[in-house]
Amino acid sequence: MRIFRSLLIPVLALLAALLTGAIVMLIFGDNPLKAYQGLFAGAFGDGRAWATTIRKMTPLILTGLSVAYAFKAGLLNIGASGQFIFGTVCSVAVGISMEGMPMLIHLPLAIGAGIVGGMFWGAIPGLLKVYTGAHEVIVTIMLNYVASLFAGWTVYAGGTQGQTPGPLWDPTAGAISETPDVLASAQIPWMFGPPYRVHWGVVLALLVAVLFWWLIYKSIFGFELRTVGQNIKAARYAGIAVNRTIILAMTIAGGLAGLAGAIETLGLNHKFAPEFSGAVGFDGITVALLGQTHPLGVVLAAFMFGALDGGASRMQFESGVAADIIQVIQALVLAFVAAPMIIRSIFRARWLSEAEGQATLTTGWGGN
Amino acid sequence: MEGWKGASVNQLVWKRTQLISIVVIALLLLMAILVNTTALRQQTWLRVLFGISALNFMLRASVPLILGALSGILCERSGIINIGIEGMMLAGAFGAFFFKVQTNSWPLLASLMVGVLAALLVGGLMGFLHALFSIRYRMDQIISGTVIIVLATGITSYLFDRDAVAQGKFGEIRIPLLADIPVIGNVLFNNPPITYLALILVVVLHVAIFYTRWGLRTRAVGEHPSAADTVGINVNRFRYLNTTLGGMLAGLAGGFLVLEAVGQFQEGMTAGRGFIALAAMIFGNWNPFGALAAALLFGYTQALQNELLLAGVTTIPRQFVSMLPYVVTIVAVAGFVGRVRPPAAEGKVYETEAH
Repeated sequence: MRIFRSLLIPVLALLAALLTGAIVMLIFGDNPLKAYQGLFAGAFGDGRAWATTIRKMTPLILTGLSVAYAFKAGLLNIGASGQFIFGTVCSVAVGISMEGMPMLIHLPLAIGAGIVGGMFWGAIPGLLKVYTGAHEVIVTIMLNYVASLFAGWTVYAGGTQGQTPGPLWDPTAGAISETPDVLASAQIPWMFGPPYRVHWGVVLALLVAVLFWWLIYKSIFGFELRTVGQNIKAARYAGIAVNRTIILAMTIAGGLAGLAGAIETLGLNHKFAPEFSGAVGFDGITVALLGQTHPLGVVLAAFMFGALDGGASRMQFESGVAADIIQVIQALVLAFVAAPMIIRSIFRARWLSEAEGQATLTTGWGGN
Repeated sequence: MEGWKGASVNQLVWKRTQLISIVVIALLLLMAILVNTTALRQQTWLRVLFGISALNFMLRASVPLILGALSGILCERSGIINIGIEGMMLAGAFGAFFFKVQTNSWPLLASLMVGVLAALLVGGLMGFLHALFSIRYRMDQIISGTVIIVLATGITSYLFDRDAVAQGKFGEIRIPLLADIPVIGNVLFNNPPITYLALILVVVLHVAIFYTRWGLRTRAVGEHPSAADTVGINVNRFRYLNTTLGGMLAGLAGGFLVLEAVGQFQEGMTAGRGFIALAAMIFGNWNPFGALAAALLFGYTQALQNELLLAGVTTIPRQFVSMLPYVVTIVAVAGFVGRVRPPAAEGKVYETEAH
């Protein structure tokens, strides 16, 4: 019954968002029925559509978990996209070097590099929050820009005024800014090869979700983390090392986003170029909230968003509706999940108790 | 009462910060006058750092940050956290562009004014939406801000017609006599209208917040809503009003980008300015003049980035030069946020007891 009720709000939120999206499309002269048909076909129509959905879902699970993890400690990690990019760069750096290494060592090393890179990038806002009081929201947003500029530099093709090219740039690519392909020994193998293109990363992501569940709900560390998130004063009074918990929470959140970057690169893109953005990191916020920061919820929410993203291009192709409408729908889902009262008034569902599912995290700028 | 002691220490630190920023601005002005009127002009590096074009660029880059920070101040002084400035700005920019394109055939000034009104209106609507989410639907204000950002990004990209072209933008208005003052006149008194407006709004908002009845009530609502309620102030009405006004200012910042700076709309053209404005607001301790100083500082780092690249005086890869504004923001926030004091009731839903 409890599971049913906690599933109810996200499902109703999705319905309400699709409805509102349809109204927006109608207002601006698009055909919502055709759009949603294309969306559905692109997400679940055939084997390839399913493969796309799963492929899009994989990094979202991890960035969603990253944001959810920070939420558990009462922190808002808007920096998942920066951590994702930093992790990507680190894993590519390992993946393109160390020729002749057996896969059994090389692949874990490359994935590990991604995790460590993300952890490093996540630790910065954690440390700054604890030692200077800088709010993690602003620091992580700024670090997102810094990370993407830094990543851009690593593959920089060099300038006309004697600027040296970036360290990861592929000289054979000429003026194009990109890295060489990751060596075969560092690529995540296909689960289903082309044309379906699903790699084992999705299994890894699901395993991490299970580990997340254990860590948060079954370990002492998770208990401390949740206590800090729910009542920082009580946590202090109970003798929990609040500062250490906050730093660790941001570090691990960063590691999760970094892992997402590593998996996406080593499994799918096989190289890094500046246009591979960390937008999935920002989507992680929505996924985490939609999944109500529970790992199972995050996986389901990532699946929902993966389907929306996966179907978007087919929708645009078949119905001519700009794929950007999907982002509008995603924003609406977030709004409806974060304010169940709106859902209540839309569906006239009085039986939905008022406080249910209401997310609260604001502690103001002063932090603790 | 630890809080009180903390507040007085904060005030001391804040006074010192104010002093430092005044000294820095005075030094900058002095250097600018020296470099632009004497033989020091021959030094490439000095020209990069203090030339007229650097100062002009600084002011231009600061305008959206000033307006964005004022937007944040309006909302947050009444107790509503606004991290959605970025989204309101983007929506305002799109509104300005959309209506500028629709009225391309009108006389330029009329068409531009329509653009400004549209920016204010769309920004105001986004602000109202933020207030509605936060007050009526009791949504967490940081989530509501995030929703505003994602929504604005999605809807502006969805509606953006990539073939549309806006014709013409605001030009400089030279203020007679004042513009003839060397260096300063050139930088301060030869600007397009929204730039003047932004500078005037700093003064207006300062007076309004600290010397009017509205300002006193706004601050009361943001600091101690139940006390404000007791003396008969309608807390939530103030929050609706201020957040909507704040949205209008953020929209105007977007209007500046389209109608005065770039002349066109680009997807995601705000490029983090809303967030930097947020940092300027915090850095400026929720005071209009503090925010102005912070916005000028951030604007200067952006100008520096631009001038360094143009002058070609450095072989540092451009990506590192471009990091400057963001890194400075982090350093500023890390160095100061622990010492500034946000409005006490921020982020909290207010409900009357009689409810």
